[in-house]
Amino acid sequence: MIVEVVVKSLFILLVVVAAIAPVITWIERKQSAVMQDRIGANRADIAGITVLGLLHPLADVIKLLSKEDVVPQGANRVMHLVAPLIAAAPAIIAYAVIPFGGVYTFGDHTLSLVAANPDWGLLYIFAIGSLATYGTVMAGWASNNNWSLLGGLRASAQMISYEVTMGLSVVGVFMVFGTLQLQDMAVAQDGTLRVFGFLDVIFGLALPWWLEIWKIPAWGIFYQPLGFLMFLTTMMAENKRPPFDLPEAESELIAGYFLEYSGMRFGLFFMSEFIEVVVIAGLITTLFLGGWSVPWLSTETIIGGVGSVFGQGFATGLCILVHFATFMIKVVAMIWLQMALRWTLPRFRYDQVMDLCWKIILPLSIANIFVTGLVILLVQGGS
Amino acid sequence: MTVPVILFYLFAGLAVLSALAMVANVRNTVAAAMSLVITMVSLAAIYVLLEAYLVAAIQIIVYAGAIVVLFLFVVMLLNLRSDDFPPGRQRLLKVAGAALGAFAVAELMRGAGVFPAPPPLPEGFGGYRALGIALYTDYILLVEMASLLLTAAIVGALILAKRKID
Repeated sequence: MIVEVVVKSLFILLVVVAAIAPVITWIERKQSAVMQDRIGANRADIAGITVLGLLHPLADVIKLLSKEDVVPQGANRVMHLVAPLIAAAPAIIAYAVIPFGGVYTFGDHTLSLVAANPDWGLLYIFAIGSLATYGTVMAGWASNNNWSLLGGLRASAQMISYEVTMGLSVVGVFMVFGTLQLQDMAVAQDGTLRVFGFLDVIFGLALPWWLEIWKIPAWGIFYQPLGFLMFLTTMMAENKRPPFDLPEAESELIAGYFLEYSGMRFGLFFMSEFIEVVVIAGLITTLFLGGWSVPWLSTETIIGGVGSVFGQGFATGLCILVHFATFMIKVVAMIWLQMALRWTLPRFRYDQVMDLCWKIILPLSIANIFVTGLVILLVQGGS
Repeated sequence: MTVPVILFYLFAGLAVLSALAMVANVRNTVAAAMSLVITMVSLAAIYVLLEAYLVAAIQIIVYAGAIVVLFLFVVMLLNLRSDDFPPGRQRLLKVAGAALGAFAVAELMRGAGVFPAPPPLPEGFGGYRALGIALYTDYILLVEMASLLLTAAIVGALILAKRKID
């Protein structure tokens, strides 16, 4: 039991933190270069081999590790040194509850591919996310610099505001699936949904066969399209990347809360943002895009179909690989979407960020909860 | 000792130490607020050990994640210095606090061993389902009263803030 958890945690740390996050810096450079008609990172090389600029993350890490770690004069030394760690830790441990594969049975052993699967998984994510504010606020305050302090204040205001809407915008999702456990949500999305099924369920009309065959995957995004948009927006705002980069605001606050940081401590702030990009992609995949499930191809279909020819054990092993690959494809797609948005949209003004949160997303999310509750009542009343 | 017991003493010790650090750091307000955060998170860990998962999550989301951040926000905006708090005026508070603490410890020592063993927990105890059902059936009147009170407080705060701007 303990061994299983340790292996899963190491897997997550190695794949997500050590492999994906540095590669994202390369993706960001290359994608922004393509979008802006430039070449992008292509200089770092080992013996003349550049591998499309993929050696740049390595060069970055060596540079950051070997730079001097400066603590500014008059700063609170302990808090200045600890703040980057507090900023990076929540991003890494939030990944513990995101499932990267389904639930499989080998004989009498059940394998659930998620490091920790508490009953209150989504609340865990919100709790961890709410602690992420402290790293930025401490960094801003402990740097003894007015720009940093302003950045820290902006960060705390923005993150507290968006935490409210972040929670409310996904209430609809767990009303639909009836659970807060992320693995259960992924399992619930492993199937199909009739496009015109509402005619049958709510209005009691019998569907002709040419309407019956229209099926879409039972993903959260089809139940909660508005919830998806609002959750994506609030998560991007929580991550403080452009267009919501007011705490950093290069043109106004120079670099905001991490202005006085150098070397790997600056690198940790940078890394925590990129790790959060992966966490957001994983969370949106699990809540809205069916998690590890293959569209139109449920787990029973795969194991049953392949298992009848090659045996049950082989089919389950194949299923694990297919599910993990599906999960990673969806995560990469969501990372790409965030990058594309980051390099497309112009930045907000500070009052616009707050207006978007309190005057647009908050009322919309509450309306979304009401409509979702009404539809659930209608569906359950009809059956 | 089993693992939960060790964890309990670990987090209980952390909670007490950070609470003491908060009181000791009263002249450095940001450090005091950060100590308060550690106390809140340790308490949440103890709630998890007591299988009160929802309360643990809410403890972190509301107290550690929102209220103390607002404290910090205000402290930073006011930009307090340590000489804003002259040391002399806190002596009475310190004596009163120490007396109260000693009384609480004495009562706890007296009560230790007297408490009966807790009854076994029902299925799903402390989860969001059990708590939600209890809140919205048996205690619905209290929930509605609390929400009314909060609405009144929000309206009052808005009116006070608006008057200053106009």
